[in-house]
Amino acid sequence: MSNKSPLRLDEGEQLLTGWGRTSPSLAKVVPVSTVEQVQQCIKVSGPRGVLARGLGRSYGDAAQSGGASVLDLTAMSTIALTASTGSVRVGAGASIHDLLLATVPAGFFVPVTAGTRHVTVGGAIAADIHGKNHHVEGSFGSHVSEIQLVDGRGAPQSLTPDDPQTRERFWATVGGMGLTGVMTEATFKMLPITSSMMSVDTERCADLDDVMARMIERDSQYRYSVAWIDSVSATGRGVLTRGDHAAVDQLPVAKRATALDYGPKALASAPGLIPGGLLNKFTVRAFNEAWYRKAPKSEQGALQPISEFFHPLDFVKDWNRVYGPGGFVQYQFVVPDGAAEIIGIALRKLQGVGAPSFLTVLKRFGAANPAPLSFPQPGWTLAADVPAGIPGLAAVLDELDELVANAGGRLYLAKDSRQSPEMFVRTYPLLTQWQRTRNQMDPKGIFKSDLARRLSL
Amino acid sequence: MNDALGDPQSVLVLGGTSEIALATVRALPRNRLKRVVLAGRPSPARDAAIAALTGAGIQGVSAIDFEAKNTTEHAVLINQVFDAGDIDIVLLAFGILGSQDEGEANPDLAVEVATTNYTGAVSVGLRVAARLKSQGHGSLVVFSSVAGDRARRSNFIYGSTKAGLDAFAQGLGDALHGSGANVLVVRPGMVRTKMTTGMPEAPMTTDPEVVGKIVVAGLRKGKNTVYAPGPLRFVMTALKTLPRPVFRRLPQ
Ligand SMILES: Cc1cc2nc3c(=O)[nH]c(=O)nc-3n(C[C@H](O)[C@H](O)[C@H](O)COP(=O)(O)OP(=O)(O)OC[C@H]3O[C@@H](n4cnc5c(N)ncnc54)[C@H](O)[C@@H]3O)c2cc1C
Ligand SMILES: NC(=O)c1ccc[n+]([C@@H]2O[C@H](COP(=O)([O-])OP(=O)(O)OC[C@H]3O[C@@H](n4cnc5c(N)ncnc54)[C@H](OP(=O)(O)O)[C@@H]3O)[C@@H](O)[C@H]2O)c1
Repeated sequence: MSNKSPLRLDEGEQLLTGWGRTSPSLAKVVPVSTVEQVQQCIKVSGPRGVLARGLGRSYGDAAQSGGASVLDLTAMSTIALTASTGSVRVGAGASIHDLLLATVPAGFFVPVTAGTRHVTVGGAIAADIHGKNHHVEGSFGSHVSEIQLVDGRGAPQSLTPDDPQTRERFWATVGGMGLTGVMTEATFKMLPITSSMMSVDTERCADLDDVMARMIERDSQYRYSVAWIDSVSATGRGVLTRGDHAAVDQLPVAKRATALDYGPKALASAPGLIPGGLLNKFTVRAFNEAWYRKAPKSEQGALQPISEFFHPLDFVKDWNRVYGPGGFVQYQFVVPDGAAEIIGIALRKLQGVGAPSFLTVLKRFGAANPAPLSFPQPGWTLAADVPAGIPGLAAVLDELDELVANAGGRLYLAKDSRQSPEMFVRTYPLLTQWQRTRNQMDPKGIFKSDLARRLSL
Repeated sequence: MNDALGDPQSVLVLGGTSEIALATVRALPRNRLKRVVLAGRPSPARDAAIAALTGAGIQGVSAIDFEAKNTTEHAVLINQVFDAGDIDIVLLAFGILGSQDEGEANPDLAVEVATTNYTGAVSVGLRVAARLKSQGHGSLVVFSSVAGDRARRSNFIYGSTKAGLDAFAQGLGDALHGSGANVLVVRPGMVRTKMTTGMPEAPMTTDPEVVGKIVVAGLRKGKNTVYAPGPLRFVMTALKTLPRPVFRRLPQ
C-alpha cells in the first residue's frame, strides 16, 4: 500500500468547467504536442480515461472529465495553406483565431465560424459547429476532407468521408464530442475572399413574426444571416443582420490596397455595450434596449470588419463572468419549420421564469449532414443565455425540452449542461448507430467526458 | 454528476435508515436522480426505507450491508458502491446517542458510542473522500451535532464523539479544498426522530424535514457548515464563550 495521501492534488490536476462555469470537476491536464505523446497518454490511461480539450468554449460539461487525463492540444497548431487550391491542413489545437490571422491576408476565410473565434479546429469538428451560413453551406464537418485521429487502441489513422473504409468513423467523429478519439490534424477547404470587410444589410423588426417572416422570405439570398431577439420585450422584436464578404471593388478606393488587412484586436471598434459588473434584470433590460436602438432601422451594404460581424463578443474578455459565480447555461434547440411556434413559446417561458438573457439569437438551419450526432437539422434554432441560479429554471427547461422533443427537435450538445439522458436518447435517433462505430473505435471505453457520463453516452 | 442547475444523479446514504438522512433524500431535486444506495444493517426498517423512497417516486433505490464498527469491511464496501458509478452526494448519517448514565457506569457502552460515531466515521469518511477526489467531484455531508460544539455534563460521551467527528470533517473539507469534492458539516440541534423519542424537548427542537431542506440549500450554495435550525449558530456561538463555572450551572 502506498503512503502517499490520495487526497492531495497531483501535479497538473486542475478544476475544469465549460464556458458556462457550472459543475467543475478535477482532472489531470496534460499538454501534448505530438501524435506519439497522444498515443502514450492513451496507452497509460487510468480507470477514468482520457479526453481531448480545445479552448473550453463548449458551455457545459463536454470538454471536462472528472479524474481523467484531459489532453490540452493547443500546442498542436500548425497551419499549412495551399493557396492554389484553398485547402488548409491544420493542427487540431489551432484556433479559428490563429487560422484567420494566417489566412485572411492571403485571401481566405474559414468555411464556418462560431460566434467566437476562440475555438479550436478539433472542437469545431467534434461539435460540428454551425455558423451564420448554415442555411446555405452547412456545418463545419461538411467542409472537412480528412481527419487525423488516434483511436482508443492508440492507433493513428486518416479518416475521409469518401473512402468507404473510413466513412463511418469520419462521420462518427464529426459531432462525436471527442468520444471516438483524439483528432490531431484536419484538412478542409477555405473560402476565397478579396477583402476582410463584410457587406451587411441590417433591418430592425417590430416583433417576432416580422423577424421570422423576413428570414423565410429572403435568407436564401444571403450567405450569412442571423437575428438577435430582444428577450426582454413583450413582442420579441429583433434585429436581422445579413450579408456576405465584400468584394475589393466594394471598398472605397483608398482602402483597396489594404483590403485584406485583418486586425481583430482593434478594440476601439468594440460594440462596448455589454454591461459591466454582474447582470441583473435592469442591466439586461438596458442592454437589450441599447442593442436594439444601436441598429439602424434599415441599412444596405454597410461595410463592417470580419470580427465585428462574426465575433462581437470576443471584444469583451471573460464576458462569461457577468453571470456571477453560479454560472449560466445556454439553452439552444432546433425545431423543424412546422413547429416554428415553439420559438415564441420558449421566449415567453424564459421571460416567465425571470431569466434575463442579453444574447438571444435566432437562425435558420439548412440541410443536415450524415454525422449521427450532429445537431443542425432543417428548421429554426434559438439560443438564449440564462443564469443557472434562477429558481424554477430546471422545471421550465424540462417543459421546453418536452415541447422540443415532441416537435422532432433537439438540443445542442456543445451547449447542453442539464438535459436528461432520456431526452437525449429520444431526440438523437441515430445514437445506436453512432455507438456501434464508437465501440469499434474505442472498444475499452477510454474516452469519457462528464457529459458522456451524465447522458450515459 | 450534478448538472449545471445543481441536480444530482446519485446519492449514497451511510446509515440508510436515519430519519434525518431519508428526509434529506426526499428534499433533493429529483429531476435527474437515478440511483440512491442505502447502506445500513439489514433490518425491516431498511426494507421499509427502500419502499418509502420508492413510493415517494424516487427511482433506483437499493440497499447494501454496512456496519459502522466493522472498519475492516469498509474499503470493499465503498469501492463496490463507487465502482458501479459516480456518487454525487454522500450522507454520513449513522450514529447512536447512547445513554450517558449507562456509559458512565459501563464504559464498554461508551466505547461503543465512540467506535460507531467517531471511529466508524473516520474509517468510512476517509475512504469516501478518496473516491470523491479521484472522480473529481461530489459532496460529503457529515451529520455532526450542536452537542459537539460544547460538551455538557448530561451527554459528554455522545458530545465528545460529535466534537471529534466535527473536527475530523472540517479537516477533511480543508484537505479536499480545490479538488472538486467538498464536505458539508451539518450541526442539528434536537430533531424529532427515533433517536430522541421519549426525551424532553429542548428549545428550538425541529423536524427531519427542516434539517433536510437546510442541507439541500447548503449543498446548493456550496457551504462548509450549516446549523439546523439556522439561528442555533448564534446560540452556540454565545454558549461557547461562557466561562466554565457559568456553563456548568446552566440547566442541562
Ligand atoms: C461566445 C460563444 C459563441 C459560440 N457560438 C457558436 C456558434 O455560433 N455555433 C456553434 O456551433 N457553436 C458556437 N459556440 C460553441 C463552440 O463553438 C463549441 O463548443 C466548440 O466545440 C468549442 O471549441 P473548443 O475548441 O473550445 O472545444 P472544447 O469546448 O474544448 O471541446 C468541445 C468538444 O470537442 C472535443 N474536442 C476538442 N478538441 C478535440 C480534439 N482535438 N479531438 C477530439 N475531440 C476534441 C472535446 O472533447 C469536447 O467534447 C460558441 C461558444 C461561445 C463561447
Ligand atoms: N435526532 C437528533 O436529535 C440529532 C441531533 C443532532 C445530530 N443528530 C445526528 O444525525 C444523524 C442521524 O440521526 P437521526 O436522528 O436520523 O437518527 P436515527 O433515525 O436513529 O438514525 C441513526 C442511523 O444510524 C444507524 N446506525 C447506528 N449504529 C450503526 C452501526 N453500528 N452501523 C451502521 N449503522 C448504524 C442506524 O441504523 P440501524 O437502523 O441499523 O440502527 C440509523 O440508520 C446521527 O449521526 C445523529 O447523531 C441527530
